[in-house]
Amino acid sequence: MPEYSEKVMEHFTKPRNIGEIEEPDGVGEVGNPTCGDMMKFTIKVKDNRLEDVKYFTFGCGAAIAVSSMVSEMAKGKTIEDALKITNKQVAEELGGLPGNKMHCSNLGADALHKAIEDYKEKQKVEA
Amino acid sequence: MKAINLDYTAAAPLDQEVIQAMLPYFIEHYGNPSSGHSLGEKPRKAIDEAREKVARLIGAQAKEIIFTATASEANNLAIKGLIAGGRKKGNHIIASSIEHFSVLNQLKTLQKEGFEVTLLPVDRYGIVDPDQLASAITEQTILISIQTANPEIGTIQPIEELAALARENEIPFHTDAAAAAGWIPIDVEKTGVDLLSLAGDQFYGPKGSAALFVRRGTRMRPLIEGGIQEKGLRAGTENVPALVGMGEAARLAYDSIEERPKKIADLRDQLKESLFNEIPHLHLNGHPEQRLPRNLNISVEFVEGEALLMRLDMAGIYVSSGSSCTSQALKSSHVLSAIGVSAELAQGSLLLTLDKDSSADDITYITGQLAQVAELLRNMSPLYHQFMKEGNKNARV
Repeated sequence: MPEYSEKVMEHFTKPRNIGEIEEPDGVGEVGNPTCGDMMKFTIKVKDNRLEDVKYFTFGCGAAIAVSSMVSEMAKGKTIEDALKITNKQVAEELGGLPGNKMHCSNLGADALHKAIEDYKEKQKVEA
Repeated sequence: MKAINLDYTAAAPLDQEVIQAMLPYFIEHYGNPSSGHSLGEKPRKAIDEAREKVARLIGAQAKEIIFTATASEANNLAIKGLIAGGRKKGNHIIASSIEHFSVLNQLKTLQKEGFEVTLLPVDRYGIVDPDQLASAITEQTILISIQTANPEIGTIQPIEELAALARENEIPFHTDAAAAAGWIPIDVEKTGVDLLSLAGDQFYGPKGSAALFVRRGTRMRPLIEGGIQEKGLRAGTENVPALVGMGEAARLAYDSIEERPKKIADLRDQLKESLFNEIPHLHLNGHPEQRLPRNLNISVEFVEGEALLMRLDMAGIYVSSGSSCTSQALKSSHVLSAIGVSAELAQGSLLLTLDKDSSADDITYITGQLAQVAELLRNMSPLYHQFMKEGNKNARV
């Protein structure tokens, strides 16, 4: 097993906010099974804030912990603040990730941002 | 908490008899086998005996056994040593696409140096087709290297048939038998192979003990030059305790070549049946029958191997996986890819190897834990939810 921090192990063992929001305001997917990790984020937006963030993840211990951490970090934030969350910050919040996991498994912020972009696109259409 | 190792191919504890046989050679008989005085006598005799025992395990003569530290080293000596020692009548080498990296990576290097390399495909069970080998052989072919059995999917090759083709064409044939030796009967006289690698630690001998069988008359050059230990093919003071251990492990393996593997294979079959009965969406990797007795390789659909490995570890069950996340190179198994396993299923692959001390009681626990872990990870897998939705849609139609 890779050397994971306590925080990573905690999120891997007890991942928060797993699931899929029904009739979500935005959906963001990243990765594919070939590279080993895949994440699907769904968000609910109310008054410009992320009222709810859920995800499904196919992937290693790091990928699952990253998804869980991103959902925690993003929940309750404004759209603008949520867009400022970076993959690097997520890794830092998790007490670091093994070097070889930084690239492939650390895609949570990207998936979240995609979900927000999707929400914004939908807003434009509705407007 | 229980602790059940299902990764015995990575490492296994020594047999008590093996460690007892080794112990006198650390302090009591510590001498150098090359010494002219009395202290060298016991160690020299012990190595001779170990050589006899290892030779007997594979049907060879003692003088055809060259001890090495690892099977990787034996594979390197086999290929590089043969090329360096032989007359250069050609520059073409044939191997299977599912060889160990200690064969494949050498071939990559040789390719850069100008050699032509053909990697034979395998069928969906991992078997090399003798007809394909026959048609790959050219006037330029100087070596064929095909493993006896695959350590990952357990598939056993029709070595006798493949080696016969090499013999007909007077091409030296090497087989990496590291995963097979001690587990299935091997007879180099019957199969006619010229070079065969084996590893002591794969049949309850110590790590750091391995050997290369070199058929008498095969022209070789050493990788490590120096003294004339190991007939000049591997210089350096012998690791006496390790070689004694390998000899004793070879004796035990030879004496129980019928019962021990059969007992483990029976348990393996029970485990397989139990898992497939209790857990949906499992796939067997490798050949259903032509496989190593202790090997089971499955893919758990919709989930990734490292997450499975970590969750099982928390339950005291130790396994390995062919997923990219569990490999240092972050590449999923080349073996699974060669037998046509999809990227997704390769990610969810688990290699389970049993042991002579594995018990039937463990099977219930293992099945229960894997069922729980699979369900838990599937419930958070986008692939699983996608499948369930599409499955339901199909059901409505």
